[in-house]
Amino acid sequence: MTAINKPVRHKRRDVVFPVVNTIILCILMFVTLYPVLNTVAYSFNEGMDALKGGLGIWPRVFSIKAYDELLKDTAVYKAFLISLSKTVITTVLNLFFTSMLAYALSRKEYVLRTFITTLMVLTMYVNAGLIPNYLLISRTLGLKNTFWVYIIPTMFSCFNMIVIRTYIVGLPEALVESARIDGAGDLRTFFQIILPLCLPVMATVALFVAVGAWNSWFDTYLYNGSKKDLYTLQYLLKMKLATTQNSSNAANTSAEALASSAKVAPITVRCAISVVSAVPILIVYPFLQKYFVTGMALGSVKG
Amino acid sequence: MIRIGKTAKAETLAVPNRKKGFFRTLGGQWQLMVMSVPMLLYVLLFNYGPLWGWLTAFQDYQPKLGLAGSKWVGLDNFKFLFGREDFILSIRNTLAMSLINLVFGTISSILLAVLLNEVRNRSFKRTVQTVTYLPHFLSMVIVVGMAQNIFSSNGIINELLLKLRLVNQPVFFLGKGEYFWWLVGVINVWKEVGWNTIIYIAAMTSIDPSLYEAASIDGAGRFQRILHVTLPGIRSTFMVLLIMNIGHLMEAGFEIQYLMRSGLTMKYSDTIDVFALLYSFGSSRPHYAYGVAAGMFKSVVGIILLFIANMTAKALDENTLI
Repeated sequence: MTAINKPVRHKRRDVVFPVVNTIILCILMFVTLYPVLNTVAYSFNEGMDALKGGLGIWPRVFSIKAYDELLKDTAVYKAFLISLSKTVITTVLNLFFTSMLAYALSRKEYVLRTFITTLMVLTMYVNAGLIPNYLLISRTLGLKNTFWVYIIPTMFSCFNMIVIRTYIVGLPEALVESARIDGAGDLRTFFQIILPLCLPVMATVALFVAVGAWNSWFDTYLYNGSKKDLYTLQYLLKMKLATTQNSSNAANTSAEALASSAKVAPITVRCAISVVSAVPILIVYPFLQKYFVTGMALGSVKG
Repeated sequence: MIRIGKTAKAETLAVPNRKKGFFRTLGGQWQLMVMSVPMLLYVLLFNYGPLWGWLTAFQDYQPKLGLAGSKWVGLDNFKFLFGREDFILSIRNTLAMSLINLVFGTISSILLAVLLNEVRNRSFKRTVQTVTYLPHFLSMVIVVGMAQNIFSSNGIINELLLKLRLVNQPVFFLGKGEYFWWLVGVINVWKEVGWNTIIYIAAMTSIDPSLYEAASIDGAGRFQRILHVTLPGIRSTFMVLLIMNIGHLMEAGFEIQYLMRSGLTMKYSDTIDVFALLYSFGSSRPHYAYGVAAGMFKSVVGIILLFIANMTAKALDENTLI
């Protein structure tokens, strides 16, 4: 009796729950996307009209003037190039050194393995703080006002190293053994056999590093704030943020403020830069989703 | 951490070369050294090198004189800090914001992970995941810009509140200190909730499916299965993350606070990091020593918290980090 009754009772519940669940998740997706679409709407809206605020996810008065303005602005071009080269160089160098280290620390016979691993893992918990780092980088090493301050201090992340190492440990040990029998040293084994197999995890870490490099603004603020040639896109955006902040804090956007603002309201330009700087990442990450999900899970469990 | 160390030790002992002597083995491993020593030196310089800078916390540090030439003042810098109301407030703000973040961030991501775990349609699940990961990839500058649009006096939130007649006039979310912690909490949850589910979902997929079957046979409904199978299944992950997060309680971040703060909100917005930054660079004459002392205080308390949390977990016979 009960065996027959139960499925019936479950069936009713099993219809209600998935529907409620789907609705909740759809609302969540809307809440997640709303601010993004709102920013896109602002960027495509006419400037004066945008100042009135109250935009939803669709432009009220369509205009591409903000983007037009960006295309004319050489500072934006320059910042884009700086951001791009910063991201590419950081990612390449970071992956090169981190993956080599990960391989060396994956070799169980390596006598320095425990020592180096412990030192590396401790970096996740010991942090000297902002000012000592600043003093080291700007005073001791003299990297202030140079392009290299974007590259050199961000070369290592223990978390990324653990992610790659966990992946390498998961590869069949026979690969390394047979390479060794064929007379290959560790360098050769790594570059010719292990590295090509690490493509998925390298893509994951490349994404993490590239996003970090592309999105950072504080390094520019701290070290290159007086070097206009070295401004990054995020730093330009940060400066635009400072100029629009006051208007959004004010109780009402007064008539004078409206009249005195330029033809292109800073808010639309700011949103246009936001869109331009976010688009490259937002195009890439869904394709790497499968990889970074595994990478994150592996790294956190073993870390 | 130690678990890795222990296995490593056992395995090195098992290697027969051990008898040859440490340095001969090391000589034979020069290629591994080429691959790892550059990064070791790098970490010693960039991660451990700045720890020397902590000495300046006990000095009247003058950049021109350097570490060697500056006068030693003992604990004066710390006495100065703890005598200042804005430093005490910055400790309060740091703890408040990271606690809000810890509580609501953890609850929301576990909740979302449970909901996602119940979705049977794979493509719908994937879509929700892709969408909720999105904010994680946006820079804080962009996110704060969005928040300014959303929470401004004529933004969507105020419009909604007005329409629902919950308020009579727009609320100045961005200009009132009292709202600042919660605003940061909401923004952080929005940004990271999807991303933080990754670990929990990974833990859930490793739960033995036969446990769910057994629970069903015993008559457990969906909610009972969640309560008695899913949640216990992620318990150890939860504990490890909790210990890590307690170790990071003093790190409420400073990007979002620094970008969103204004003169109106400074009593609630300035964390220890923002305080250190403003004291070190805010005035024409840099007071690095105060910034260093504040940062040192933060790090030391953080490490103490980590050990306390770890010991508590050990005493409760839970999974531990160290």
